[in-house]
Amino acid sequence: MLDSGDISRALSRISHEILERNKGAEGLVLLGIPSRGVPLAERIAERIAAVEGHGVPSGSLDVTMYRDDLRLKPARTLLPTQIPDGGIDDKTVVLVDDVLFSGRTIRAALDALNDVGRPRAVQLAVLVDRGHRELPIRADFVGKNLPTSLVQRVRVHLTGVDDEDAVIIEGAGA
Amino acid sequence: MKKHLLSAADLTREDAELILATTDEMRSLADRPIKKLPALRGRTVVNLFFEDSTRTRISFEAAAKRLSADVINFSAKGSSLSKGESLKDTALTLEAMGCDAVVCRHGASGAPHRLANSGWVRASVVNAGDGTHEHPTQALLDAFTMWRHLGPRNGGTLDGQRIAIVGDVLHSRVARSNALLLHTLGAEVTLVAPPTLLPVGIESWPVETSYDLDGVLSKADAVMMLRVQRERMNGGFFPTPREYSRRYGLDGRRMAALQDHTIVMHPGPMVRGMEITADVADSDRSVIVEQVSNGVAVRMAVLYLLLGGSEPAVGTTSEPATANEGTDA
Repeated sequence: MLDSGDISRALSRISHEILERNKGAEGLVLLGIPSRGVPLAERIAERIAAVEGHGVPSGSLDVTMYRDDLRLKPARTLLPTQIPDGGIDDKTVVLVDDVLFSGRTIRAALDALNDVGRPRAVQLAVLVDRGHRELPIRADFVGKNLPTSLVQRVRVHLTGVDDEDAVIIEGAGA
Repeated sequence: MKKHLLSAADLTREDAELILATTDEMRSLADRPIKKLPALRGRTVVNLFFEDSTRTRISFEAAAKRLSADVINFSAKGSSLSKGESLKDTALTLEAMGCDAVVCRHGASGAPHRLANSGWVRASVVNAGDGTHEHPTQALLDAFTMWRHLGPRNGGTLDGQRIAIVGDVLHSRVARSNALLLHTLGAEVTLVAPPTLLPVGIESWPVETSYDLDGVLSKADAVMMLRVQRERMNGGFFPTPREYSRRYGLDGRRMAALQDHTIVMHPGPMVRGMEITADVADSDRSVIVEQVSNGVAVRMAVLYLLLGGSEPAVGTTSEPATANEGTDA
């Protein structure tokens, strides 16, 4: 559905929107949700640095132990949490993830943030919004809205984790 | 290993590496303002300690509490055990009250195994030291400490690293669990002790043995000193304490012969002046205090992997769930 050019343009637009909304990069912290949110956060940080001339802190936030379906599956492998030096207190945290679906991952991320510190504000940037929310959660910055059916699967591939940049829809009717 | 952690031998290399990686994540919690994770909310962990222990019991208690589990401490003193209650009746009581994990320390080798396999309790059983048999979480925290210090200069593994375990191997459950686990992780273990303090059947262990400490020290990447367990000794295992510490104690002179990167470890409690001198225990090479803090993280990892999901993530036949692939955000 999206190739590497589309992904690159979407991330550039999101980066500009983040700067516009927050009137610059002052006090921003980008936190990617592993696994694919982390390289996305890094790419957005690079683009912001290119525009503003100075970098913004970027890190990762693992939400595994805060998930509401933790008990429904075998214990999951934990992924790295890397909070940038300086913490998140009184910062504007932009959570970055690849696909926004039920909203449950983001709810878990908000709980996880609560244990790390008290940000001034939290915003959400996603590469793909596929709909089907089960919680009152919406994204502030969206790369692409992809209307999907529940039987489909949306896969995001990113170089660094995978061997190409692409967004693919699998399953019935794709 | 199914739902229990009874022996270091039950862990495959994959299991052990998963525990080490999980421990690494748990460790970072110590730097956070709120040292608490919600993973085991509503689960009950019973610390069933039939033998005295300071660091292991406190370590398990801290680990369970940091994962938000409810903790019930049970020690032989001040319980019905002193009235003559059997292990079975104690277990049935725990089962009736409902608990999800039993952390068991017992003076008799095999007691946790009996507890796990008798059908008395449905909970996961974690062996926190049984007699002179095993102490798997101690081995895991030792392996984690070695992996952190030696891994970065060895491609992130313990493959081929030389570990010397020195002292009272005969009475040491730590030595046995360490020998088994370190072998699984690819390290080369040498046990150094006087002949009287090596157990019968040591030939079947996956280790080298030596009676000569000085010959082993210069090649070791990590040296682990063991306490001489006089409370378990009824007989003459060596002529005098002074002769023991001259031949098998780690002092400043011997420490000077170590390689630059070699670390000195001790599972505690130490007897300063016996197996290790104070200047060695307090030196830069000593990671003894770090072992204790890593102990909490290792036990958090073990409890999380056993109790965190619908079934244990280590040692079961089903595949552990992989990271979310961008479909369930």
